[in-house]
Amino acid sequence: MTTVKNFFASRWGIVSAGVFVGVFAAVLQKLGNPANMGICVACMERDIAGALGLHRAALVQYLRPEIIAFVLGAFIAALLFREFKPRGGSSPILRFFLGFFAMIGALVFLGCPWRALLRLAGGDGNAIVGLAGLTAGIWVGVLFLKSGYTLGRTTKVKSFSGWIFPIAMVTLLVLLLVAPQFGRTPEGTPTGPIFFSSKGPGSQHAPILISLLVGLGVGFLAQRTRLCTMGAIRDVILIKNTHLLSGILGIVVAAFVMNLVLGQFKAGFAGQPIAHTDVLWNFMGMALSGLAFALAGGCPGRQLFLSGEGDGDAAVFATGMIVGAGFSHNFSMASSAAGPGPYGPITVIIGLIFCMVVGFTMREKMA
Amino acid sequence: MSDKIDARGLSCPQPVILTSKKIKELEKGVFEVLVDTDTSRENVSRFAQRSGWQVEVDRMEDDYRLVLRKD
Repeated sequence: MTTVKNFFASRWGIVSAGVFVGVFAAVLQKLGNPANMGICVACMERDIAGALGLHRAALVQYLRPEIIAFVLGAFIAALLFREFKPRGGSSPILRFFLGFFAMIGALVFLGCPWRALLRLAGGDGNAIVGLAGLTAGIWVGVLFLKSGYTLGRTTKVKSFSGWIFPIAMVTLLVLLLVAPQFGRTPEGTPTGPIFFSSKGPGSQHAPILISLLVGLGVGFLAQRTRLCTMGAIRDVILIKNTHLLSGILGIVVAAFVMNLVLGQFKAGFAGQPIAHTDVLWNFMGMALSGLAFALAGGCPGRQLFLSGEGDGDAAVFATGMIVGAGFSHNFSMASSAAGPGPYGPITVIIGLIFCMVVGFTMREKMA
Repeated sequence: MSDKIDARGLSCPQPVILTSKKIKELEKGVFEVLVDTDTSRENVSRFAQRSGWQVEVDRMEDDYRLVLRKD
């Protein structure tokens, strides 16, 4: 067991996890997930929000099994390796809104950091702008971290608090498989939610079982190796350490090779799938997300894996992201291939102001 | 008597930031870091070792006590 533990903690361990993500993200795309979106935590949480009726954008409604399985894979890993530790209480409402605004920013760019990496591996040049914005946001976050920013200590909580998020994910899985219709038309006919898109990205998905198996594998490996796309960039800036970066390089290289093999690589800026070319708002959207992830201590994937470990603070952030997705589409903030939505840019600015206020007000004198 | 940092309950990357500050302050000597997750234990240990410090890990009930030493 110690040898296994040591492998996961090693550079080879995290590179292997990254390679697994990259390979299977490309495979999920081949098997039906949207283009350059084999895995995207933000887009997929947005699709879940749509399936639940939290927004009514008909093209993006589907209870993505990948998200469910990320949490459950991490949960299984945490239980097996005795790392399941129910905890919480570290500024939950701030974390909720950090998640909310992180999602707003991601849906302006049209992807989370995971998708930014996969878009890059698919040839989408706009991802370079997004990753530059992400880096800028994380850089600002590092400035706050260095000056004593903290959301406070988390504390051990009763067991059920740690179980509830995995239980909620199992519930979503049941809803996906049973596909009940909870809504009623004025005439009394059953209708969604649960919604399933018949067109658009929400209608594009790999077979449920494969998505679940891949998601469980990703959740397991990411929990063990502590894979974090935000931390990878943060640690280079903060402590000049490339351990986490090795993992994300594994993702990009593996996805790139698989895309070539599977004929999914198309280089360019214009006409990229589920992407727009607005340089300013690709940058700013990801800058907001990057800053929010840095202030919350993890990328959206990491927040899901931590939720599986019983971390209630991460679960609150993930919940904030799902609610943010609902608002993003209801309030016309989300982008499309045509560019930013009418209220996306102004909300990104509001989000950045919010994050800056959090950053400044949550500093403590460091002893 | 060694210096002690209580990093229990602090989220990533704070345990490493506090360790880094202490390392810069002391340059050599002995100090302790308390953490409560395997992730923090790994992160602090990795950082300390890469900075040239030796790390001893004592498992306490729910937590870890890391003793960092550099002569």
